[in-house]
Amino acid sequence: MLDVVITDPLFAVEVIFSGLLSGIMYSLVALGFALIFKASGIFNFGQGAFVLFAALTFVSLLNMGINFWLAVLISLAVMIAYGIAVERVVLRPLVNQPLIILFMATIGLNFFTEGLAQTLWGTEVHALDLGIPDVPWNALGDATGLYLSVFELVAAVIAGVMVVALALFFSKTRTGRALRAVSDDHQAAMSVGIPLQHIWAVTWAVAGIIALVAGMLWGAKLGVQFSLALLALKALPVLIIGGFDSIEGAIVGGLIVGASEKFAEVFIGPYFGGAIENWFPYVLATIFLLFRPQGLFGERIIERV
Amino acid sequence: MIYREAGQFKTSYAADEAIFPIIQDRWFVAAILAIGFIAVPILGNDYWLGSVFIPFLIFSLAAIGLNILVGYTGLISLGTAGFMAVGAFAAYKIATAFPWMNFLVVLILAGIVAALVGLVFGLPSLRIKGFYLAVTTLAAHFFIEWVFTHFGWFTNYSFTGVISSPPIEMLGFVVDTPESRYIMTLSIVVVLALVAKNLVRSELGRAWMAIRDMDVAAEVIGIPMLKTKLLAFAVSSFYCGIAGALWAFVYLGTVEPQAFDINRAFEVLFMVIIGGLGSILGSFLGAGFIVLMPIAITNGAAVFGAAVPADVLSNLELIIFGALIIFFLIVEPFGLARLWQVAKEKLRNWPFPY
Repeated sequence: MLDVVITDPLFAVEVIFSGLLSGIMYSLVALGFALIFKASGIFNFGQGAFVLFAALTFVSLLNMGINFWLAVLISLAVMIAYGIAVERVVLRPLVNQPLIILFMATIGLNFFTEGLAQTLWGTEVHALDLGIPDVPWNALGDATGLYLSVFELVAAVIAGVMVVALALFFSKTRTGRALRAVSDDHQAAMSVGIPLQHIWAVTWAVAGIIALVAGMLWGAKLGVQFSLALLALKALPVLIIGGFDSIEGAIVGGLIVGASEKFAEVFIGPYFGGAIENWFPYVLATIFLLFRPQGLFGERIIERV
Repeated sequence: MIYREAGQFKTSYAADEAIFPIIQDRWFVAAILAIGFIAVPILGNDYWLGSVFIPFLIFSLAAIGLNILVGYTGLISLGTAGFMAVGAFAAYKIATAFPWMNFLVVLILAGIVAALVGLVFGLPSLRIKGFYLAVTTLAAHFFIEWVFTHFGWFTNYSFTGVISSPPIEMLGFVVDTPESRYIMTLSIVVVLALVAKNLVRSELGRAWMAIRDMDVAAEVIGIPMLKTKLLAFAVSSFYCGIAGALWAFVYLGTVEPQAFDINRAFEVLFMVIIGGLGSILGSFLGAGFIVLMPIAITNGAAVFGAAVPADVLSNLELIIFGALIIFFLIVEPFGLARLWQVAKEKLRNWPFPY
């Protein structure tokens, strides 16, 4: 199959471009992880379940006949409330526990959220139409020979806007800086007077908002169903290539994973009997890590005895 | 009053190094073993032996394996299910290639194969730490899963990918009744648990714990990082591999990659955390908790009303499961083993307050 790359380079470019665009979709999920890790040092395994919960809430509201924007507002409110509730009930009692304990708590949270979402809204698959057609953009295709999906381009733009907004939030606002201080050291941040609980509540609420955006876009692509929760497993390699605590890293990692995954699946997969996209990003991520143990953009790990 | 070491003198180094230095502990363990070997097979019916006790024992074994890695060496791994699958498929290939071989030998060989695979996937742990390492062990899991579903050689070219395990024969007996399967599993688990308990008290075990507490410091005082970390992976995978082989041969009776999906890895990790990190006893307590809880939830729901539909029930199970895990972590982050320790401390002075 690799010879196709030489005989039909345009096809290869198209494959890579569509990979890049679906990579952006992974980044959307990874952003939620990176945000919480950056702000609290917690690896939130429940982010995938958050995406499912947000998408199910939104689509169920739409199905009840509620206006689109009102549904967006209500789901936003639900996700923010849920994020704050998580902070109150789960994280507050666990302050200063070892990170593995917090990690396990988020796995418990993952199960809880999955169960809650499906008990509340049912287990059927819902179709979600955001009004953005998932068809090739013909004008661009005719001009350059590359046929890319309008939907994925829109998703890429949305992801880009979110990254810029988050980057500004972290570097320019008072709350954003407080978030970074908290992630450096819980106790030091508290001792200079940063309200830890307040900060964490903000983080989890923002993670809820990101989950809603990711859930809407992925829900429109795949249908709103349980498999949305498994996106977390797709986002992990993205996250470690970029570095856990880096917002830019989530995007760059997404691009790398998306493009290489599509490329490997189309051109290298046939040599091994196919279906390699399940493990390929992970192996790629492991190789990246061997050279840069903190990911591409992660903060350098300095160890002292 | 009852539980107290006063008057028990240690007069030799051997007595000082005993696993259970207090005579009450020895009696207690002996009683548990007697119940396990005699009372349970006599009193238990097929359902309890086959669907509760056998999976409990096998999970305990896997939890001990993972505990060596996570609890003692401090390396987070989500590859447990993958290593269990390696053990199961290795046992299947060995048992079908050499049908005359004793099942115990097959098990040990399967464990060794799993240990070798664990060695390979443990290599990144020398450079990668913490959650990054957890994700690279996920790479091991997905890769192993893919290998077993895509290459027919491992399933002897069965069309469905699902194969039944060959019957187990040991010393002339065919092990097929729930009682005999239970006794065999129990014996294997008891021996391996004893080995593990001694291993973590040995020089190697202490080196593992030094790495867990601070690996840079451990390296500075001269603990060989490469050897110790890789040995942790190898021993852990050996236990997981044997657990996987038992899971396929003794519990399910079929060998299929789907039996070892990612949720299995999480389940075992929960057992380790809920039971207690860095405790062999905790592995058993955690396994018992996770195996019994779904049964308790299902029966509990049946008591409150039979009208709960199956899909709602399975979701309720998820909710209760998740909530219980969070609850446990908040109340006792060091697990059930810690509760047991506290109970023993209290028992020492009982019934007097001091």
